This record gives sequence, structure tokens and C-alpha cells, in this order.
Amino acid sequence: MSNSWSAPKSVGVLVPAGMLGAGFDPATVERGLALGADVIAVDGGSTDSGPHYLGAGEPKTADGAVRRDLRILLGAAHEAGIPLVVGSCGTSGTDAGVRWVSGIVREICAADGRDLPIAEIYSEQRAADLVTRLEAGRIQPLPPLGPLDASTLLTCSHIVGMMGHEPIARAIEAGAQVVLAGRATDTALAAALPLLRGMPPGPTWHAAKIVECGGQCTTDPRSGGVLARIDESGFTVEPLDPNAACTPASVAAHMLYETANPFTMREPAGTLQVADARYTAVDDRTVRVEGSRFEPADRHTIKLEGAAITGYETMSFVGIRDPHILASIEEWAVLLRKLLADRVQSVLGLRDDDWGADVRLYGHNAILDRLETAGAPPREVGVMLLVSAPTQELATAISKVANPLLLHLPLPDMPYLPSFAFAFSPAHIDRGPAYAFVLNHVVQVDDPVELFRIDTAAPAGGPR
Amino acid sequence: MTDTTLADLALEVRAKNAGPFWLTLEAFMSDDAGYRVADALITPETVAALYHVEAGTLQIFRIPQLRVVKVSMPRPTPQGSLHDRDMHAGQHHIPLAELPVPRGRA
Repeated sequence: MSNSWSAPKSVGVLVPAGMLGAGFDPATVERGLALGADVIAVDGGSTDSGPHYLGAGEPKTADGAVRRDLRILLGAAHEAGIPLVVGSCGTSGTDAGVRWVSGIVREICAADGRDLPIAEIYSEQRAADLVTRLEAGRIQPLPPLGPLDASTLLTCSHIVGMMGHEPIARAIEAGAQVVLAGRATDTALAAALPLLRGMPPGPTWHAAKIVECGGQCTTDPRSGGVLARIDESGFTVEPLDPNAACTPASVAAHMLYETANPFTMREPAGTLQVADARYTAVDDRTVRVEGSRFEPADRHTIKLEGAAITGYETMSFVGIRDPHILASIEEWAVLLRKLLADRVQSVLGLRDDDWGADVRLYGHNAILDRLETAGAPPREVGVMLLVSAPTQELATAISKVANPLLLHLPLPDMPYLPSFAFAFSPAHIDRGPAYAFVLNHVVQVDDPVELFRIDTAAPAGGPR
Repeated sequence: MTDTTLADLALEVRAKNAGPFWLTLEAFMSDDAGYRVADALITPETVAALYHVEAGTLQIFRIPQLRVVKVSMPRPTPQGSLHDRDMHAGQHHIPLAELPVPRGRA
């Protein structure tokens, strides 16, 4: 890391994109390096796409897309002699997700001749260990959930702890140039190096929040990355695409994005307060932010995320174009649901509380359901029947029982059997296990690193 | 002629998950006059009626410098559950966006 101290009184953080695998123009990364980036940070995950990815431990992103982005970023980090930090590897930050990204990184480094020291940080938690902490009174709920039962922990297929900056900073201190972190706060990735280099926590955490989604804080959210430069009294931020701009409004508005409270943000080490922050234009595409504060917490807390199987699902889909049915589509859907329950009881012997179903009328009110207010009859409706049952065999069987109803169910005033438009054959698709997020709780810890395992053993390109 | 809606006076009305357990709505108004309309119109009672939730569960943030009113609520349907039809909650701005503005206010 020969030239990483190019700007000793400030630290530049390059975020190339909101998500690893989203893609970006390599020229924007070159521009960020030319502006004096001291670290590249990129998020590899999110809960936003739902509980499947944590529950199943599978990445949402395609191998090829992640590989393409990593090849560019590893080259940039290597040539500039600066660290690359990837967080929430594999979408959910499970241990399998870290190993998946690490495998890709090692293949690229071997192929491209880049001998970079790598650290893997594992964030997956054992339910039994957490039960011990729960019994010791060290796990508290976050609203809107209530107190935790040990049984909830034990039903989870995967549980991850969300690390702050501390494990990442420790890995960098230990000499890692590529840090591949499991589940981490989006902000910790960008905050770790500036905090390690002594930048003040208020501006550092605020800058990290502003850049976490790349171009989302600019006037063109599709423009790719941004560079934030943090110093002793604040930070400046600018887009890496010369055609995009940061304005005081675009930067300030990013505090609203995907946050419940736009003025405060809790991290494991404390709380960022931005209510008094001032946003001013340096020029027509660069913004200066001052006045952010960070209040250290009395005790470090690590947020948990856990996903558990709720059942097994099968989806059926049929199209209806007949205006007579469409004029009474809600009545038809109620009739479908009732006759299905009757048939499932008589044929499969299942009571209503043994299984579940959701009838969604796409084109009518599927998305907003009871919140829908528009009233005109639709031209066509796609009927999705989503069935949930304790086993895949039962979910499939229920869907097969539903098939003749989805094909032929008439309204009571019709003296004949209509036939509706199945989109494919078979008309059902097994979805396998379905998951729910069941944890929204924090663990009180004495040491912010104690729940995480840092592995700096193997060099890039070498044997594991 | 249909009534003026909140969306007509806004740059953008949007909705999104704020983590798996919260939903957040934002009305970015076009000008100060639009902000005053949104500020007056978006009350706990109005939002509770539009979204079929308890007014006491709502958090409302008013940011005149950005001409934004932001509303956060516990997610009415658990994310990814059998009855969740909007995984990112990205279409749940519509009830707020289509809120009619009383005549004389627009």
C-alpha cells in the first residue's frame, strides 16, 4: 500500500455502485482513483429482496455479474495500493455467501496475477449460543417486534449478526487489502478506514450513509458511483460520472432512503444525529456537509437477522378475459376460495388451518388488495393462486385439486362451464420452502468483534 | 375534470421498505405552496384511514427545507409472507399519491 497516505488530513471513500453485481462504467472507478480514493467500499447484500436469500443461504446476484465487478475493483485496488471492502457478501452475509465471494475473488486474483492479502469475516451465529445470551438477558427486541423466545431462534435456518466497522478495521489493521465481510451495516464498509485513520465519527458515519447506495444520492441514481472525502470538520461528496451531480437536496434526501427515521441512525457503536447537519453546494456537482454528530452508545449492540421456514408453496396462474366473469371478479374469487377449501377437506382431509392460500387478482387489485380504490372493471385479469402447506407434497396436491376450478369455475348465474386461459402446462409451479424474517433484536456485547470470526490465513491465489 | 391529487403537486411520491419490518412513504413536493398542502393534509388520522392502520403506530417527519413529508409505519403485512404482494413495498405510495386535495387548497 505504497501511496495510501496521499491525503493525510482527509480520507477519500470510493463507492462504485449501490450493489456489487449492479455494474458500473470502469472509467468511473478510474476517475475515483484519480480523485485520490483511499479505499473502495461496496455492498454485496440487502434484506430488501425478501427472506428467501437468508433463509436458503443463496445469493440474489448472478456469479457473472459479481465476477465482472470484482475483476475491475480488484484491479483498481491493486494498482492504487488501497483496500477493497465488500460487505454482506452473497446478499444475506451468510458464511456460504462469504465463501462464494471469496472463491470468485481468489479465482480472479490467480488468473490476473494479483497477490492481495485477503480477510474473510464470518457473521453467521449459532442459535444455541444466542439462546445462552438470551437467557442471560442480553438480547432485546427492536420495535415493532416483542421479546424473543428461545424457540424462535431454534427455528431459524440461518441467523447473521450485523457487524459494525470494528471487525473490518481490525482486518485492515492486520494487513488485509481485500476484506470480504459477512452481514454488515451498509455504512460500516465505508466508515471502517476513515475511522481507523482518525477521522471524526460524525462526518464519517454521515458520509458512509450518504454513499451507501452509490449514485442514489445524486441527481441521476443510475449514474453509478460516488466519492466522499471526509476530513476533520465534515465531508464533501461528488458523483464519479462527470454528467451527474450532487446537490444539497439530492444529498440531504438520501437520509430518507429506506430509513424509518431520517434524522438518526443506530450503529453498533452509537447513534448518528444529522438533524443539525448543513448541506452546501461547493460547485454545481459537489456538496459539502458539516454539523453531523455521533453519540457513542453506553454499550455496543449487534442487530440480528434470522429467517425461518413458514411452509412450502406452489403457485398456479390462469388468465381471464371474459367480461361477464370480470364484471363480478371479486365474487368469483370468493367462490373459488370457498370451493377450494371444500374440495381440499373432502379430497385431502385437511382443515382450513392446516394450510393457507392467497388468491391474487392481477389486473384488478392484486398489489394493493384492500387498500385499492380504483373501481373500473379490468380488461383482463391474471389469477394467481399461491398455496402454502406444511410439506411440498401437500402444497402440490392442493394445487392439483385447485386446477379444475381455475380452469372451469363459472359464476352462479352461468348455465355452462367456461374455460380460462392457463399460461403454461403444468399450470402450477412448486416454489419449495418459503421463509419469513423472524428476528428484529439486538445482542448487547462487551466487545464489538466477539460475535465475528476474522480469517486472514490464506493469501490470494494460494491454496485454501 | 378529476380532482387534484397530492401527486399532482409533488415531484415524486414514493414508498419503500425500511428494513423487513417497516414501511416508509415520502412526498417530495414541487414547491413551498405544495409543501404547505402536504403538511396540512398528511395527518396521522388521514394516513391511518388510507392504510388501514392505527394512527398511534405512525411516525411522521416534516422537513420544510426539502419540502418533504415522510411517514413510517410497521409493515402491515410481513415481508415475503403468504399474503405479501409487494416485496419491496415499492407500490404502496399509491393511496397517498392519489389523495385528493380539497378544492381551494391546490
